[in-house]
Amino acid sequence: MLEIKNLHVKLEEEDKQILKGVNLTVEAGKVHAIMGPNGSGKSTLSYVLSGKDGYEVTEGSASLLGEELLELEPEERAALGVFLAFQYPVEIPGVGNMTFLRTAVNAQRKARGEEELSASDFLKHVREKAKELKIDAEMLKRPVNVGFSGGEKKRNEILQMAMLEPKMCILDETDSGLDVDAMKLVADGVNALRDEGRGFLVITHYQRLLDHIKPDVVHIMADGRIIKTGGPELALEVENNGYADILAEVA
Amino acid sequence: MALPELKQTTTEARLASLSMNESGCLAAARRAALSRVQTMGLPDRRDEYWKYTRPDTLTSAEAPKAAVLDSDEAPMFDQFDRLKIVFVDGVFDAAASDDLTLEGVSIERLADIEGKDIHWAKEIFGVLEARGQSPVERPLAALNTAFAADGVVIHVTGKPSKPINLVYRHESDSSDAMLHHVIKVESGAEATVLENGPAASRFNTAMEIDVADTGTLHLVRAQGRDHERRAATHMFARLGRESVFKSFTLTVNGVLTRNEAIVEFLGDDAVAHIAGACVGDGDFHHDDTVFITHDAVNCESRQVFKKVLRNGAIGVFQGKILVKAGAQKTDGYQISQSLLLDDDSQFLAKPELEIYADDVACSHGSTSGAIDEEGLFYLRSRGVPEAEATDLMTLAFLAEAVEEIDSPDIAVSINDRLYGWLARRS
Repeated sequence: MLEIKNLHVKLEEEDKQILKGVNLTVEAGKVHAIMGPNGSGKSTLSYVLSGKDGYEVTEGSASLLGEELLELEPEERAALGVFLAFQYPVEIPGVGNMTFLRTAVNAQRKARGEEELSASDFLKHVREKAKELKIDAEMLKRPVNVGFSGGEKKRNEILQMAMLEPKMCILDETDSGLDVDAMKLVADGVNALRDEGRGFLVITHYQRLLDHIKPDVVHIMADGRIIKTGGPELALEVENNGYADILAEVA
Repeated sequence: MALPELKQTTTEARLASLSMNESGCLAAARRAALSRVQTMGLPDRRDEYWKYTRPDTLTSAEAPKAAVLDSDEAPMFDQFDRLKIVFVDGVFDAAASDDLTLEGVSIERLADIEGKDIHWAKEIFGVLEARGQSPVERPLAALNTAFAADGVVIHVTGKPSKPINLVYRHESDSSDAMLHHVIKVESGAEATVLENGPAASRFNTAMEIDVADTGTLHLVRAQGRDHERRAATHMFARLGRESVFKSFTLTVNGVLTRNEAIVEFLGDDAVAHIAGACVGDGDFHHDDTVFITHDAVNCESRQVFKKVLRNGAIGVFQGKILVKAGAQKTDGYQISQSLLLDDDSQFLAKPELEIYADDVACSHGSTSGAIDEEGLFYLRSRGVPEAEATDLMTLAFLAEAVEEIDSPDIAVSINDRLYGWLARRS
């Protein structure tokens, strides 16, 4: 599904190499987790895949279902099926959450040549999904993420994911700022979307999210590369011993 | 004191191009206004109050030509019932207007009352304008009092069932119009007045508003999309105890617009909200000049002005809150913000507070900025194309001003116009 080959990325503003040759393949139906110390390039990877400005790809490629991603605009990637759940969801005062969701859903449908959802179908759909995530009507009416608590913001990300039904879901530290209950709620939302046709890339510092979203494959990222890949037991190893052992082993 | 030579010449040339109605019950007020113009002289670029906006084309003897807009967009406010009073190039058009009878209000043409002696109107016509000449001179408003030949006098005594809509149609590319309206809202009465369209190629409108104790007036203006037209407008409001005055002005296009709002609180516990949203391109120049005087206890004033500027457009905001000694518990708020869609556009802001009471809460803020890149990326990452995402962010920026409109129907009409402007992006 997602294929990243020898990806090298530097910051546009300063001459600083962040990713130094990332190779990664996420198959449909699988959940891959990326763990790694601060500054290893995990979040950069998620931004580069979703098309954020400020990064320059100096080498390598990334494709989704055979389509090259890196030359595309963020909205084109979204229409292809890329979805990034933000570590820090952005507040947009003045834009209602509902308007935002409907605009996004219909823009993607339009880009794919599908018919736009009618207002009533959309409303029915969004209410159903919102209920599962314990998002109340008031939250849907409010401006996007404005005045939302940390947990509400993350649930709102998952709601967007549920509405947009992407092929490739990238979750950037979705567990940060969540208490245990909120994490469970978010994880349930993600698990409900697990599907044969959908891939997940879950970026996290901690093993605890992976107790709830069980990964098939775990990667350890350090200094812009994936240095070790294994099964779920690798996450437990990190939890128990930290990254030092793995880093030493590779070095 | 004699006027500077340039000012003298400009003023004389302009006055020579006009003729005054010397008869009727308003003649004395008109003569007094003329004498104010002669004493003050018309504004020129050396005047501090006109530092950011060149008044030359507003004071010239002849109005510059302005092409008439050809548009297939639906007329403003068409979605709901209202009483239409139509002016074509500044002249009342009875055939196009509705019957002026409506319960709770009496409406007459300014020209018609000159022959009668309507006491209350005489106490407002030219009076609020004259009060508004201090501490800052507004010669174009005095010029309007002296020479405006048409307009309406609206006396609100109850709660009319629908808004009163002053509709301005621009049909001649060389029209030069002055309109003067007087509105009196009696105690406990409440009305909504709408204005829309460009009154002429060049127009000078003045509105004198007197809201008595416990009266309420909503005023929503949309100034028309004809880009080449030029406008100077003045709104003078005098507010009684526990009265409410809310105004919102939308400006879409226009090479020159100067909107002055002068509000005076004379009774305690009153509320005034003055808001505006403008969007403009290229040689668009838009100036909001506001002066609010608190001379009563526990009054709330709120100014919210938002400007979207692109391709070199210029926005100006001069807003002042004056709190007089004794006007305790004043709550004054003022925000002026611009969204600059490129590096060529400019926003010039001069917020001022002058406070002589010691128990007041006054705040003001002014910002200029580009579209929030983080928000834009967030929207695009969800599949919203860049242009559409920019539009959403632009409307979101304007929302705080549009939200000052209480009526949802009217707000929808205003938002439709804003969508229309965005859709016509080059």
